[in-house]
Amino acid sequence: MNGLTFDIAHLLAGGLVLVSFMMLYQDRLFALINVFALHAIVLALSVAWQAYIQDAHHLYVTAAIALIFKAIIIPVGLHRIIQRLGIHRDIETAVGIGPTMLAGIGLVTLSMVLMLRVTPDADPLAREDLAFALSIILLGLLVMVTRRNAVSQVVGFMSLENGLVLAATGAKGMPLVVEISVAFSILIAFIVIGVFLFRIRERFDTVDVGALDDYRGEHR
Amino acid sequence: MISGAAVLLWGVAALLGTAVLAIASSHGSGSGTRLIYSLTLGISAAVLLVLASRIADDPVTPSTVALPLGLPWIGAHFRLDALSTFFLVVVDFGGAMASLYGLGYGRHESAPHRVLPFFPTFLAGMNLVVLADDAFTFLLSWEFMSLASWALVMAHHREQDNARAGYIYLVMASFGTLALLLAFGLLAGPSGNYTFEAMRAAASTPLVAAFVLALMLLGAGSKAGLIPLHIWLPLAHPAAPSHVSALMSGVMTKVAIYGFIRVIFDLLGEPAWWSGVVVLFLGGLTAVLGILYALMEKDLKRLLAYSTIENVGVIFVSLGLALAFKANAMPSAAALALTAALFHVLNHSFFKSLLFFGAGAVLTATGERDMEKLGGLIHRMPLTSFAFLVGCVAISALPPFNGFVSEWLAFQAVLQSPDLPQWGLKVMVPAVGGLLALSAALAAACFVKAFGITFLGRPRTSAVERAHEVDRYSLAAMFTLAGFCLLAGILPGLVIDGLSPVTLSLVGSRMPVQMAQPWLSIVPIAESRSSYNGLLVFLFIAVSASFAAFVIHRFASHALRRGPAWGCGFPDVTPAAQYTSVSFAQPIRRVFGTFAFRAREKVELPAPGETGPARLTVEIHDVIWETFYLPIGRAIDFATDHLNHLQFLTIRRYLTLVFLFLIVLLLVLALWP
Repeated sequence: MNGLTFDIAHLLAGGLVLVSFMMLYQDRLFALINVFALHAIVLALSVAWQAYIQDAHHLYVTAAIALIFKAIIIPVGLHRIIQRLGIHRDIETAVGIGPTMLAGIGLVTLSMVLMLRVTPDADPLAREDLAFALSIILLGLLVMVTRRNAVSQVVGFMSLENGLVLAATGAKGMPLVVEISVAFSILIAFIVIGVFLFRIRERFDTVDVGALDDYRGEHR
Repeated sequence: MISGAAVLLWGVAALLGTAVLAIASSHGSGSGTRLIYSLTLGISAAVLLVLASRIADDPVTPSTVALPLGLPWIGAHFRLDALSTFFLVVVDFGGAMASLYGLGYGRHESAPHRVLPFFPTFLAGMNLVVLADDAFTFLLSWEFMSLASWALVMAHHREQDNARAGYIYLVMASFGTLALLLAFGLLAGPSGNYTFEAMRAAASTPLVAAFVLALMLLGAGSKAGLIPLHIWLPLAHPAAPSHVSALMSGVMTKVAIYGFIRVIFDLLGEPAWWSGVVVLFLGGLTAVLGILYALMEKDLKRLLAYSTIENVGVIFVSLGLALAFKANAMPSAAALALTAALFHVLNHSFFKSLLFFGAGAVLTATGERDMEKLGGLIHRMPLTSFAFLVGCVAISALPPFNGFVSEWLAFQAVLQSPDLPQWGLKVMVPAVGGLLALSAALAAACFVKAFGITFLGRPRTSAVERAHEVDRYSLAAMFTLAGFCLLAGILPGLVIDGLSPVTLSLVGSRMPVQMAQPWLSIVPIAESRSSYNGLLVFLFIAVSASFAAFVIHRFASHALRRGPAWGCGFPDVTPAAQYTSVSFAQPIRRVFGTFAFRAREKVELPAPGETGPARLTVEIHDVIWETFYLPIGRAIDFATDHLNHLQFLTIRRYLTLVFLFLIVLLLVLALWP
């Protein structure tokens, strides 16, 4: 593998991590969804590049799935949901932006240290990819943990899944079936969560998951 | 010709078949009970015959069987060698006697369907533990044995305190098995080869050996009743029906000791010298505290259970000595100590079974276990009381019975300690010898109390006045055991020579051949140092006692006269004015009680002129329960109370917990050297 292909793959995966960071400090829902769309686009590019350098044509399908579903359909759907719920003016973070960013940096460091240590014998591209993928997964979890709104938790969950796809495509020989099933399950989860959101909204007049806790008789 | 181990496995299969038969027939009347106990008696006797022929023929060559059962990559291995042959004799002799006793005792059983299926299962489990030759089979059989005995403890689950006894037993048994599991895991090492053969071949590092010793002391020690892990024993053993109590006390604790010997002496390789110190210390502590607890007890079966703890302590002292000698390459002294331990194993299975049978007979005849409500039974149950007396004398280590021989051998081993090179051992061994002597003396006091309060004096309740002698099966079992107590006492050389293959295989040496000595003497080391002749002592006691009786009756008084008991001048003495078990133990409680039990006595005197009675209140604490177990219980309560909040967190906090735990795991992975 020559230097340029490696560098481009590296750049795209690193870009994905960067977009994950951007997701961390969005406190408006629309902006968050837009960044998520960007996340999906970068993922599609990265997967497409992997398909090109590995000469694995089925990965183009994965890239297309990422582009169509995650970069277009899901963000558009979420926009509509937010508008119908009338929460597009909400500002929400459970934890301040500064600490969240610091925690994100810590997580990326941790995943770099860990991955580079446990995979000394692997292909350098796969190594880097795995390290970035782990960072994205952890950052996605961090988004889920630091948000109160169910919509942004869904976004965090889906960015986590993007990390999984990146890891899967970075390693050679991952069959398409796996990716399709993962993508499909994410879609199902998206639908289910969407339905739930409306249910919650109908019952409690809000999508702040804190209302669920109030309903259970618990208070933060 | 099928091998010895295979024959014994058929015996186990027959026992399990009997258990199935018992499930089918136990709801019937007495005939089902008779059938099951006859079958277990027959099977145990047949197994004993096989073992006897093996001992006479060739006890050394191991006989192995591998069955394709259990985990597919391990299978089930069984092995019959000198050590397991000896312990199988103990198990099956105890089983045969308990079955014989059960033929009579079982007729009074109120819930036979709760006892009959589990009795053969329990016997089968103990046989399997001793036969097992890989860790998986061992642990499986061990749990099988534990659960079967637990079911027997719970046979009368509606009686007061039995459910609590069963619960504590179950918790302690699980804890012990966990310790054993970890010990075998360490022995198997990273290669994970769970057959005993591979463990024997593998060498352990000193650190691993130390952990294995600690875990075996926890695992086998909790089952055997080492202090402070004994806590379940005095609750569970008396709760079971008496013949099962006899099996649990006389035999199951020995199976635990077998496990300890098998791992520490056989599988672990060369011991470190300090391991002897640890075992000696625990053994000495167990012996003294066990018998002190027994002295404070007024429930006959609980007293016997506590005395079991004392005897286990005595056995562990001898085992500790054997370890110390083995570590210092003194094989003949190690053989002496190990012989003492194994001899005491055999003896204790004899006399503890006998005593539990006697307690069961008293329970059948009077319905009482509380000694304060018994008394005067010697006139109503003369045969039982004679057998019980033999058991008491034997367990008090008085010649010419068997208890004396094994304790004497233990003291002979203690006297070898000046040859040990380490100062720690040189100081420790005589100190533990002192504890051993103390416990032997206290045991004598304890059994004077047990016999005196129960069988002598005047009846304290009307139930005792109506008591009758028990049936002939129970008596046959008791007298057989009493006979064996005497036989092992006057023919100790036979037993010692029989134990020589075991000591040869475990410590590489044996005691001198004893049957070659003239007049059945035993000489542990050399004639110039010490020798003992049980037969001579027996003959002397018999002759001098007969002579004294003859002289008294010939010259002093011709007739047997019964006069009124002298009541220290009181005109009207009720039976309540007799010595009670508490008052008998009072001097010992005064001496040891303050430190061992935080005992306190309080006297409330009425003011002058008042007519109310004066009261003496004695307050006794179970220090071990309060120091070790109550704090654990409180900690668990505290933890569960506070962890309960985790049931009611918000969704985001659950996510955060999962996330943090993931981070911690990743950090561990990142920082692991």
